[in-house]
Amino acid sequence: MTVPAIEADALGKRFGRRAAWALRDCSFRLPAGRVCAVVGPNGAGKSTLLALAAGLLGPTEGTVTVLGTDPATARPEVGFVDQDKPLYPQLTVAETLRMGADLNPGHWDERTAARVVAGGDLDPNRRIRSLSGGQRTRVALALALGKRPALLLLDEPMADLDPLARHELMGVLMGQAAAHGTTIVMSSHVVAELEDTCDHLLLIGGGRVRLAGDTDDLLAAHTRVTAPARTPLDPHTVVESRTTGRQLTALVRPAGPLPGDWRTGAPSLEELVLSYLRNPGAPDQAPPPDTTETAA
Amino acid sequence: MVDYRIDRHSGVATYVQIVQQTKQALRLGLLAPGDKLPTAREVVEATAVNPNTVLKAYRELEREGLVEARRGLGTFVRRSLGAAPADSPLRAELEQWAARAREAGLEREDVAALFTAVLETHYPAPAHPQMQTQAQRHRTRTHHPAPHTTSQGDPS
Repeated sequence: MTVPAIEADALGKRFGRRAAWALRDCSFRLPAGRVCAVVGPNGAGKSTLLALAAGLLGPTEGTVTVLGTDPATARPEVGFVDQDKPLYPQLTVAETLRMGADLNPGHWDERTAARVVAGGDLDPNRRIRSLSGGQRTRVALALALGKRPALLLLDEPMADLDPLARHELMGVLMGQAAAHGTTIVMSSHVVAELEDTCDHLLLIGGGRVRLAGDTDDLLAAHTRVTAPARTPLDPHTVVESRTTGRQLTALVRPAGPLPGDWRTGAPSLEELVLSYLRNPGAPDQAPPPDTTETAA
Repeated sequence: MVDYRIDRHSGVATYVQIVQQTKQALRLGLLAPGDKLPTAREVVEATAVNPNTVLKAYRELEREGLVEARRGLGTFVRRSLGAAPADSPLRAELEQWAARAREAGLEREDVAALFTAVLETHYPAPAHPQMQTQAQRHRTRTHHPAPHTTSQGDPS
């Protein structure tokens, strides 16, 4: 059995003793080799979680293990792209890449880094400060990918890219996963974009993990149901239900076989995520950390 | 060589689209026995889909005996499908027929409807369930390639 990419146990973080918890009681296990989406409303704790895994923040309580060790020790094998894409503004693009090569002796992937930058028609002599947000994202991704990390942590990586660059760079990320088995964790608000790229989901809300697991398993555990209004849905767990006229539609986690006269269908990942986001009070389903190591 | 195109709004699972497009290429003779399928990396770089989706599609094609994975070398076509290569006499006849339909003033939709009607007469499709049970996770496995989309051309 391989070492999980990230394992969190009762992880919690608050900024200041009186402040509210940004993240609390967060337990999950992300198997290596997955492409994991981190979704949740603004302020849910996504960025805090990624910064904790990158070792840029220390936990207030609980633990997080990265590639089988603590985040600081794992750092040479972890690529992290912060939401703000911090780079040195006075360096040129070429100098930034040279810095990447110097900081990662022995495992710098020149070709991939150069290719990511070249895809954007970037003049290597331009200074970072003169680049647009999207161009800066490209350079930041080139640095992170050039490091050829075992784990890539990306906080809203696609937010300021145009649709073409988004598609191209998502393709590059998937190519890395295909060629090197890189584990990728990315937060995003564009759920539709994650549907085809991610095979694992971490849904965070109100500072806690609400859903965690391989998307195939999560989708299989939920069913979209249509039945006459006022049909009792128990004993099934109801994530969301709505009544329109004489008809009730719901998203449930079946506790057993469903009655034959209900019309049922499989939800899409987007439907699943939106149902949970719309219903912050819906029961969480975080499978115990030991049972997630399945599926190919 | 095949160039996969993923339609995210088709309602057809992505891996099924890859399977179908491969079969389409086999039917049209664009892929022949011995040809190599693109690597998972090539496909995901071009389409930005998860590598496992491509591998799942290739496994499905392998299970159907259409391709075989050779370790370290790639995935190769084992046998071809159907008897309608791109340059067959049947295709030439259909081309002529389509040209005549156009001369007769038929719109694209008219031709598609006509073709589908004839197709249905000679090749009745199996029943097409509207809603599926939860056990059938993957939507639209029973798909029929009726030409009712107007945006797509010939995969080549």
